[in-house]
Amino acid sequence: MHMTNSKILEARFLAPDVKLFRIEAPRIARKQQPGQFVILRVHERGERIPLTIAGSDPKDGSITIIVQGVGKTTRHLNTLNAGDVILDVVGPLGKPSHIEKFGTCVVIGGGVGTAIAYPTAKALKEAGNHVIVIIGGRTRSLVILEKEIRAFADEVIITTDDGSYGQKGLVIDPLKQMIADARKIDMVLAIGPIPMMRAVAEVTRPYGIKTVVSLNPIMVDGTGMCGGCRVHVGGKSQFACVDGPEFDAHQVDFNGLSKRNALYREAELRALTEFEKHHCKLAEAK
Amino acid sequence: MPANPLSPKERTAIPRQHMPEQPPAERARNFNEVNLGFDFELAKQEALRCLACAHPKCVDGCPVGVKVKDFIELILKGDYLAAAAKIREDDVLPAITGRVCPQEDQCEGACIMSKKFGPVGIGYLERFVADYERQSGKIGLPPIAPPSGKKVAIVGSGPAGLSAAGDLIQKGHAVTVFEALHEIGGVLVYGIPEFRLPKEIVRQEVENMRKMGVRFETNVVVGKTVTVDELLNEEGYSAVLIATGAGLPQFLGVPGEDLCGVYSANEFLTRVNLMKAYKFPEYDEPIYDCRGKNVAVIGGGNTAMDAIRSALRLGAKNAYVIYRRSETEMPARVEEIKHAKEEGVQFLLLNNPVAFLGDERGWLRAARVIKMELGPADESGRRRPVPIKGSEYEIPLDVAIIAVGTSSNPLVQSTTPDLKTRKGGYIETNPDTLKTSKQGVFAAGDIVTGAATVILAMGAGRKAAKAIDDYLKTGRW
Repeated sequence: MHMTNSKILEARFLAPDVKLFRIEAPRIARKQQPGQFVILRVHERGERIPLTIAGSDPKDGSITIIVQGVGKTTRHLNTLNAGDVILDVVGPLGKPSHIEKFGTCVVIGGGVGTAIAYPTAKALKEAGNHVIVIIGGRTRSLVILEKEIRAFADEVIITTDDGSYGQKGLVIDPLKQMIADARKIDMVLAIGPIPMMRAVAEVTRPYGIKTVVSLNPIMVDGTGMCGGCRVHVGGKSQFACVDGPEFDAHQVDFNGLSKRNALYREAELRALTEFEKHHCKLAEAK
Repeated sequence: MPANPLSPKERTAIPRQHMPEQPPAERARNFNEVNLGFDFELAKQEALRCLACAHPKCVDGCPVGVKVKDFIELILKGDYLAAAAKIREDDVLPAITGRVCPQEDQCEGACIMSKKFGPVGIGYLERFVADYERQSGKIGLPPIAPPSGKKVAIVGSGPAGLSAAGDLIQKGHAVTVFEALHEIGGVLVYGIPEFRLPKEIVRQEVENMRKMGVRFETNVVVGKTVTVDELLNEEGYSAVLIATGAGLPQFLGVPGEDLCGVYSANEFLTRVNLMKAYKFPEYDEPIYDCRGKNVAVIGGGNTAMDAIRSALRLGAKNAYVIYRRSETEMPARVEEIKHAKEEGVQFLLLNNPVAFLGDERGWLRAARVIKMELGPADESGRRRPVPIKGSEYEIPLDVAIIAVGTSSNPLVQSTTPDLKTRKGGYIETNPDTLKTSKQGVFAAGDIVTGAATVILAMGAGRKAAKAIDDYLKTGRW
């Protein structure tokens, strides 16, 4: 039935539970633009999950995704290695990031959100912006893509919650500092956990700084068919898969989004527990 | 000797044969097919009822003109394979249409017997011969013309796309069907539930097409993964048929629709059918645990019946249909409404939700509903429902499924700038040829007409296939 299996060409951990995959997907590689995502299904009984594309190489027909193992499917994915196959990969989905010369852009990535922000940050630099990247992680080992980002960004600031690397504190601390220092900021892109994106939105709101976030609601098809990913933006219901995933942070109903994202928490936990049990047994058997 | 030895009087004296079904109490808790199918004797008895009219109205009543009289005669001769082949001349998916067509509005509605004696069970007979053929393993695949050297791309693998693919491959063209999802069949696999159309049947029909040489490419979203222009200019396709359906869910636009527990019918059914969420955790995709819950569907079409009957099978304690008109205006097939009632679905007719109410966690707890009465007819010819002031009440609900229709998905149109669309984003076509405003591009099915039925989409697919074949042979646009 499936003619669109994607072979994994390269797989390596960037941090504990965070793995980079370069996979064969020639059609997607040709079309991908920063900010777009794929939906993939790992096996015949698997669910469909959306993942942002971190980059692509149209010449060798590969795309790169970075996966944080949080639930059953992402943990399963992270057990795969080069030479393995992902059953279904479809994309590129969603609207590309809006790239133009804004002036000074602050790109904020929290945890694996850094991987999602990375291609857009790079594109903003290529469009002639002064790009400041704030990379945040709970602890040093969770700070990812620092080298890749230093390669193009004008300034890089790192924060960790526990102070094990960079500044101790949250990603909004350096942002607040920049505002306090009266630095001119023309645009902020924030991608990470919902509380982080909401916090960034609240920091920039009083100053009217244009702020964009990339949302990750629950999706099934990713083409506008199911409406499961609807979020309230500016009082209107929008589908993140086709109208987004990027939206004006000051218009997003983060509260509604985090409630909807909790819909399957029990089922997700159950699936994960059973997977871990099974996986541990397999590991022991080996 | 005539195939039917009975006199007309004897024929009309035979009552319409009943379709054997799973008992309602049993089937309401499983996803197995409700209708069990005719056996040889039932099929023979039903076939004997056909009056073999000189001018059979049933054929006119069928959107694709299946030669009903001829195939029934072949049943009476006992040549079931020939009967199936006869249907396939006009309908490439007989096992599917035999199950999901609204026969009462088409062939059976037109049957001369229908008023006085009850129509001949044409749908049941169609299903019987198609199932016989499939189980025999001797499917009469039609001959394929020598290669024409032309490539045709079909966008969407639902009923319109599949029927066009079946016709075009026979004409010798190289046909590739692109599908956005990971499985072939469109609404046949994501929309219509297993208990009404077993997926194995769709898989078998797709397999037949594969054997005939049709190529299928899943996980390709035309408009995103590749554009229509790229198919024409870079991938060497001489014609493209857009058969993407009407896949965008409509919501009511009332407060509380974003609460956890409010679904579009598309999402609810896709999770259940395509993703097999009813087998969670054997399958990974979750769905709201409906066991012991109050579930309502809003709407009165086949999709609404499919959704609420699925919820019942997922263990719902109370399963309601909330519909703003009366039963007479319900667009669902008579059989679906009957089955739903037998299974215990409760119908709240002339009721309309005005808001969904949630708890502090953001989960649905109730709907506020207003009672309606029927006023004068509207532009659709159905009597317009009017709210009765002061009649609002609350009904406790854990899950609400919105099934009030779908609209066009703009992904292909928005990336094909020279494609003309009309109001609602549907694609404009020449009604005779299904040619669009763009040379080499045709469109068929719900993306042209708006949401309709499987058989109408199949009919449109056939029409488009004929026009595409003409275009490829003559080069004339």
